[in-house]
Amino acid sequence: MTSTDTTVVPHKRVAKRKFQSEMSMAVVLVGIALVFEVLGWIFVGTSFLANQQRLSIIILQVSVIGILAVGVTHVIITGGIDLASGSVVGLSAMVAASLAQSSIDTRALYPALTDLFPIWPLLAGLVVGILAGWISGFLIAKTGIPPFIATLGMMVCARGVAKWYTLGQPISLLTPEFTWFGKSFLVLGFPVPLPVLIFLGVAALSHIALSYTRYGKYTYAIGSNPQAARVSGIDIGAHLIKVYAVAGLLSGLAGVVTAARAGSAQPVMGTAYELDAIAAAVIGGTSLAGGSGRIPGTLIGTIILGVITSGFTFLKIGSYYQEIIKGAIIVFAVVIDQYRRSRKTRV
Amino acid sequence: MQKISPSTVKAVRESGAVPNAEFLLEVKDVRKEFSGTVALDDVSFRLRRGTVHALMGENGAGKSTLMKIIAGIYQPDAGEVYLNALPIRLNNPLDALDNGIAMIHQELNLMNHMTVAENIWIRREPKTRIGLIDHAALYKNTSELFAELGIDLDPRDKVGTLSVASRQMVEIAKAVSYESDVLIMDEPTSALTEREVEHLFRIIRTLRERGKGIIYITHKMNELFEIADEVSIFRDGKYIATKFASELTRDEVIRMMVGREISQMFPKVPAEIGNVVLSVQNLCLAGVFEDVSFDLHSGEILGIAGLVGAGRSNIAETIFGVTPATAGTIEVDGKVVKVASPAIAMECGMAFLTEDRKESGCFLLLDIQQNMQIAALRNNYLQRGFVDQKRLSRDCELMGQSLRVKTPDMDEKILNLSGGNQQKVLIGRWLLTKPRILILDEPTRGIDVGAKAEIHRMISTLAAEGVAVIMISSELPEILGMSDRILTVRQGRVAGILDRAEADQVKIMELAAQ
Repeated sequence: MTSTDTTVVPHKRVAKRKFQSEMSMAVVLVGIALVFEVLGWIFVGTSFLANQQRLSIIILQVSVIGILAVGVTHVIITGGIDLASGSVVGLSAMVAASLAQSSIDTRALYPALTDLFPIWPLLAGLVVGILAGWISGFLIAKTGIPPFIATLGMMVCARGVAKWYTLGQPISLLTPEFTWFGKSFLVLGFPVPLPVLIFLGVAALSHIALSYTRYGKYTYAIGSNPQAARVSGIDIGAHLIKVYAVAGLLSGLAGVVTAARAGSAQPVMGTAYELDAIAAAVIGGTSLAGGSGRIPGTLIGTIILGVITSGFTFLKIGSYYQEIIKGAIIVFAVVIDQYRRSRKTRV
Repeated sequence: MQKISPSTVKAVRESGAVPNAEFLLEVKDVRKEFSGTVALDDVSFRLRRGTVHALMGENGAGKSTLMKIIAGIYQPDAGEVYLNALPIRLNNPLDALDNGIAMIHQELNLMNHMTVAENIWIRREPKTRIGLIDHAALYKNTSELFAELGIDLDPRDKVGTLSVASRQMVEIAKAVSYESDVLIMDEPTSALTEREVEHLFRIIRTLRERGKGIIYITHKMNELFEIADEVSIFRDGKYIATKFASELTRDEVIRMMVGREISQMFPKVPAEIGNVVLSVQNLCLAGVFEDVSFDLHSGEILGIAGLVGAGRSNIAETIFGVTPATAGTIEVDGKVVKVASPAIAMECGMAFLTEDRKESGCFLLLDIQQNMQIAALRNNYLQRGFVDQKRLSRDCELMGQSLRVKTPDMDEKILNLSGGNQQKVLIGRWLLTKPRILILDEPTRGIDVGAKAEIHRMISTLAAEGVAVIMISSELPEILGMSDRILTVRQGRVAGILDRAEADQVKIMELAAQ
């Protein structure tokens, strides 16, 4: 290079700035929890937070949404959207459950394939998910249709396939080995549900993938400026297919977990989950414009959703009111986030 | 002091009783700070009626901030703005427009899906009796306006289909349609060809004759002497001097701008010209350019000149695989390569700095580090699937230092850098891939004098180290100063290749235009 100057300023990672947005989300989370705590003492007469069972239920309830939210975060960072995740949950739950039936069910869907080792239904659910994601990604990459349309189509189709698969009938009597995926374990004396561990594991792996691998760097680059990414030698089409396949894989996993938790599967499982997942990612600071967003934020966003739902139930607020207030909170959280961002940059 | 509200000024203007003050616009002791940094430090500025007043200074000198205050986008922290000797207070750009101050932005703010006429008269559309938009009157008004200014455009065309130069004409017509007295032009020629610049200058002269005051921000020295009556020079947020353009020399202007001497604008280092590394034969892109052939040697700088729209950038994009060729061959080191994607070009050792920093260069949301490392990630810096961030960050930091990127931190968003520094980061992105063939499309567009000289020096040094360089530029002095050979493109064909010794501005323009 031009200069012979070899002095290097010691490399410093500015962790502080990186976690700034997560910190402010965490503050919001704590704030919401404290509001419920105070309201709890006033209206119910008990503590909201000092109830270990409630805390573990909060996370258990959102773990499926959380897995989807992690997947959709990948997609939103590329500047896309995944509307199909909820339907893919339903389809994957059905396919996995059909291979997880116990032989005591005399009317099993595949009588020859009962009492299978649970790895097979798990794999089947994941493959269904990857396939659905791959098809969406392929359509987006090769035909250039907007992700909104491609995944909207997949959302409708996957739900249709899920219903067609058993002509609308639920699948029940799953083997105990399979429902193990939805069970809890005692870790250091605390009951920890496996779905929660799966959610946290998926989040951790995703965070590593997005932050420390080429896959992640390319994902952010494409979302920030696809044209510049292309000129920088990135095969955008191939990468988008990968990203949607990853999101599909996670939807498939969420479907398996859902079926295992319920001990049965119905074609309507996961309806409207995609919207909660998108809400969790967006509350967590992922920008729908693409190019920004981080898994820790999505994690916090998911827990915020869980705390809100649990808090409403705790305060015995009717489900109609719950939805109204939840919608307002989602919008409000993003308005606050926008305001905070716009203040940081000059006019 | 009691300031006059914009609506009063507007009423006075409409009554025709505007006093003819000597100075159309006067800015006194204006100060502006952004979160602690002083962008403008007690700056004063006066614009005479019927003159073109150039503002010069390096990026970050405060020109743009001053213009944004005059145009009502920013409000000053201290100081006064007088229009026709009346103190005014502008709360937003619409206030400024109503007062007769119009700004033509560097990034054109037009709505691409609407027609030329709709863009010009937006929010002032002529209405029919029942309140619907009167399209006939709309197009008639626009045609009249265009006739007055000597603009040859169809008011019914969609703005999105127009060239950059035509869009600029639309912006100017829009400003004039507001009966603006003060027109602010921020680097209006940065995307124009020589001929389009001439057309623009004709329009500017018409406006000057009609008594308008034009504030003209530019980095180009020759324009200054061609069009400007007066020049104000700024440096580091401070006002330095105002002179008549006729009393100034090029060197004086540069000295005042940078506060130091720039020894040589185009420091060409003699380089050893080696073997042919890139050979292009009969390259075609159907409908855009055809039959392009040339050889490029190691250590050579091949300048590509021509009018904007002649196909210069398209040729570069095709060589780099962005838009693969429809016919013809590309040979790298004597081997025919089918360059179907940028990835293949990069494997052959090519690098391509695109023309439009914002459009296809920067990842504006990402930081400097992420912007610089992205190309090098392709085939290096991986360890068992993970990015070797430590080594990569170290190399980026070194690269940033050797290119003199001015930033406190590699974690700074690239959005917050000046144009020159952004360009250095993008050049760094490609140098990290250790290219043997470097294609630069307008490497110094919109960049201040200091950074420009640094980039020129760097290009020369790279060539001296054996890198083969293709440099596309609309600035003839740059092409002539830097190139070993100059290829001129005219309407999608090679018009001729000149050697450094025989080339001059006239010969190139003859080849380019005809």
